[in-house]
Amino acid sequence: MTQWSGYLGLILQGALVTIELTLMGSVLALIMAFLAGMGRVSRFFIFRALATIYIEFFRGTSIFVQLFWAYFVLPFAGLSLTPLQAGVLALGLNVGAYAAEVVRGAILSVGREQYEACTALNLGRWQGMRHVILPQALLVMLPTFGNNAIELLKATSVVSLISLADLTFQAQVVRSQTGSTLMPFLSVLIIYFALALIISWGVRSLERRMARGLDGVRV
Amino acid sequence: MPAPIIKVDAISKSFGAFKVLDGLSMQVMPGEKLALIGPSGSGKTTILRILMTLEKIDGGHIQVDGEQLYHMERNGELLPANERHLARMRQKIGMVFQLFNLFPHKCVMDNVTLAPMLTKGTPRAAAEKRAMELLDMVGLADKAKAMPAQLSGGQKQRVAIARALALSPKIMLFDEVTSALDPELVEEVLNVMRKLAAETDMTMLLVTHEMGFAHDFADRVLFFDRGRIVEEGKPDEIFRHPKQERTQSFLKKIIAAGHRV
Repeated sequence: MTQWSGYLGLILQGALVTIELTLMGSVLALIMAFLAGMGRVSRFFIFRALATIYIEFFRGTSIFVQLFWAYFVLPFAGLSLTPLQAGVLALGLNVGAYAAEVVRGAILSVGREQYEACTALNLGRWQGMRHVILPQALLVMLPTFGNNAIELLKATSVVSLISLADLTFQAQVVRSQTGSTLMPFLSVLIIYFALALIISWGVRSLERRMARGLDGVRV
Repeated sequence: MPAPIIKVDAISKSFGAFKVLDGLSMQVMPGEKLALIGPSGSGKTTILRILMTLEKIDGGHIQVDGEQLYHMERNGELLPANERHLARMRQKIGMVFQLFNLFPHKCVMDNVTLAPMLTKGTPRAAAEKRAMELLDMVGLADKAKAMPAQLSGGQKQRVAIARALALSPKIMLFDEVTSALDPELVEEVLNVMRKLAAETDMTMLLVTHEMGFAHDFADRVLFFDRGRIVEEGKPDEIFRHPKQERTQSFLKKIIAAGHRV
């Protein structure tokens, strides 16, 4: 039993790496999503073009290949990343590309009359975006952002391929050391599931908080 | 005689193949209350939207308060207006929409104070003091903390009027502001507009189907049809003794539909 708790310790260490990757990857993905999503609706061609290229490229190539490029190929260009940095970079850029389309769709979902009210009140384009359009669009983005975050959490397991000791990596270590298959794989299954639940729950409560007052019911 | 505050000169505007405005010209004097009436698609809402810079024009010129709206004068040449010029011109004009267009995520107070704070740099305290005066004027001082979704249509529209007034425009545009309201809520909005007309010397243009209100409220009535002004005159002339056959048939239809004149 004491032996098991030692192995469980290994798996929990892996869980910490997975959480770290998920958090940092999500921050990068969020930044990229807003940059590219707003670039897609920019009135300047160059921003639209750059955003489109980024989105199509990172959606159109596999996350494995992106990770291998970040870790194995970039050093040839003189940029050496630690496994963690490479993992965050690949995950953030990849999921950011999907989330950028969510940002774009949400911005476009805000009615034309809201833009017209901004013009009539003489708000500048950025002022209207920042104070009127984005706050309303954010509510539309949130549920899908929750999906994206869970996708990112599950995609973190690819970093085990560049020998970063995340949850999946540690499960395989424990399996090869103990010869037990059920215990390590069952525990990582439960941990991934629990983490995903925490994300859904967090996003849903954020959603409820932001929707307060919009439906005419004071909460 | 003072100079007109709005001078519209041969404006044309098409949506695709449909010509909404066909060489429209009109003038509005400072402080004048103008009612624009006519069948739908006649261009009356479009000219308001053009004055608010919500639509681009295809041709013609507009002068507002002595300056070109869609053009800038540079060394005697007329160039298309840039965003900065448009922003400066928009300060002179406010608009109230048929569907209120309040910001649903902001409370009544924030709806009213947002634009003064952002566009004029008014400090929050001063903006809120002015907002309270305006909300008091429209009879909604007790709703400052309410969210738009908690208000009735009439209340929303009164907030929208206060919001537009907060920027102290010289010209106010009202685009069918009671058309989306339940009949029993129409009067509270019209009362605010009467009060506004009585207490300020603002120039007001309203597009409306409330013929009774247009008759009492306006100094002058313009009848629009197919992108042109077919007939204009004092309310009594237009409503009691229309000269043009098209005005007569329009008013007949409106009266048949149960509207009071």
